[in-house]
Amino acid sequence: MLLTLHETFFAVLAGLVMLFTVATALGSWLESRTADADKLAWIHQLNLRIRGSWVIVAIFALAFALGGEALTVVFAAASFFALREFVALTPTRGSDYWALVIAFYLAIPLQYVLVAGGLYEWYAVMIPVYLFLLLPMVIALRQDTERYLERVAKVQWGLMISVYCVSHAPAIATLEIPGYEARGALLLLYFLLVLQMNELLAVIASASVGRTPLRSNPSKSVEGVLIGGVAATVVGTLLWWMTPFAWWQSLLMSAAIVVAGFMGGLVLASVKRSLGARDLWLEGGVQLARGALGRLDALAFAAPVFFHLTLFFFAR
Amino acid sequence: MPIKFLPPLVLLARLLVGAYPRWIGTSPTATQRIYFANHSSHIDTLALWAALPGSLRANTRPVAARDYWGKGGIKQRIAEEELNVVMIDRSREDPNADPLDPLRDALKNGFSLIIFPEGTRAPQPLPGPFKGGLYFLAQEFPQVELIPVYLDNLHRSLPKGALLPVPIISTVRFGAPLARAEGESKDAFLSRARAAVIELASG
Repeated sequence: MLLTLHETFFAVLAGLVMLFTVATALGSWLESRTADADKLAWIHQLNLRIRGSWVIVAIFALAFALGGEALTVVFAAASFFALREFVALTPTRGSDYWALVIAFYLAIPLQYVLVAGGLYEWYAVMIPVYLFLLLPMVIALRQDTERYLERVAKVQWGLMISVYCVSHAPAIATLEIPGYEARGALLLLYFLLVLQMNELLAVIASASVGRTPLRSNPSKSVEGVLIGGVAATVVGTLLWWMTPFAWWQSLLMSAAIVVAGFMGGLVLASVKRSLGARDLWLEGGVQLARGALGRLDALAFAAPVFFHLTLFFFAR
Repeated sequence: MPIKFLPPLVLLARLLVGAYPRWIGTSPTATQRIYFANHSSHIDTLALWAALPGSLRANTRPVAARDYWGKGGIKQRIAEEELNVVMIDRSREDPNADPLDPLRDALKNGFSLIIFPEGTRAPQPLPGPFKGGLYFLAQEFPQVELIPVYLDNLHRSLPKGALLPVPIISTVRFGAPLARAEGESKDAFLSRARAAVIELASG
């Protein structure tokens, strides 16, 4: 039996709410019962991520109620917070002011308007070509050449990661795939679920079998990341029915998302470390929050990869 | 639990510059206080005010220069109706009036104050020399706690001459109350106060 579009959306939404309600209840039950400090630390990490999963439900419910345009607004806000954090970590100077104004007040709205309009020819090149040329011009006009290339490069890097890459997530929902019309939001949900499962399962697996801590992220272990990645790929494969893919194609796509997501975490951890050891969200060694960049690292890398694989093999 | 909405100005400050409070040497309590901070941009007043919890915000008045905030229009409306600022006459239009008098009145009425003892903006990470007002107020109101505050990153958000703030994440660090030393000279007190703010910069 084939469900209508509306029924599919509703069934998936109801399923997710049930799943995350159970997970949240289980998580807080564990947190209230555990006394061991080590265990408590990882349960806390896990609960942070379970709470993050509710964001996916909220995003999806929003898309269900208001349509795809609401999605672009959510991701535009995510880009804003990520870029804000990136700029805070980057030692920008007074003469970078106009470049930053362009990045925040022109690049973000324009990129997402183009994504919402499905204008792939434009949003694919706006930042990597036009702003790539415009920003160094704007900074050069100020005649401040101290560490010029470094400053230009860092603003451009911030834009590419937090705006260009992140904007490919809502773009997934705008892909036109024959036989899969008007179901773009489901494909985006598939992508977000695989990413989130990868994160959740890696944290759980790291806590139970972890021996070798991951250098880029001490709350995970090498074994945990491997097991989590395989498990997330299995979950993704089982979700083939909500995608335009056959089950084996869904397996390969999930694996691509998992690998790209892991690389994103690795790269962003290196970026943060090279921008200075100081972590905005640490206070006396205690993690206060994960921050926008920490939450979006996997998504920023996986979204363009998944977008282009789907575009290349399935769309048009 | 009743849902309380943040005032739009606080929301705006948090959106644009974060203004995350860090209570390092003290905690947010209702004690009468003078918060003194480094001054590097026009958004400092708003950021410090937004970093305070709502219950303290109502009883805390920023001190602001009349020649900048009192020129009418939207700026004055925000200053008077939202921030409840104490206007200080930097240019001494009336040579006989003591510019500190409005501050004394506010302290006598039980308000806490936010002041920027440099007197003017210095778009750099560390504050310049402090002016004397803080010393006189500290002498005249010995029961009021003096809290050093360090605002980071804000000069990068709004450099001198810029109108539109660049979004950034800043923290507002509240230090331990500055102790008063018996018979201390004005200069010694002021440089000690400045050092207390600078010490928070590396925290």
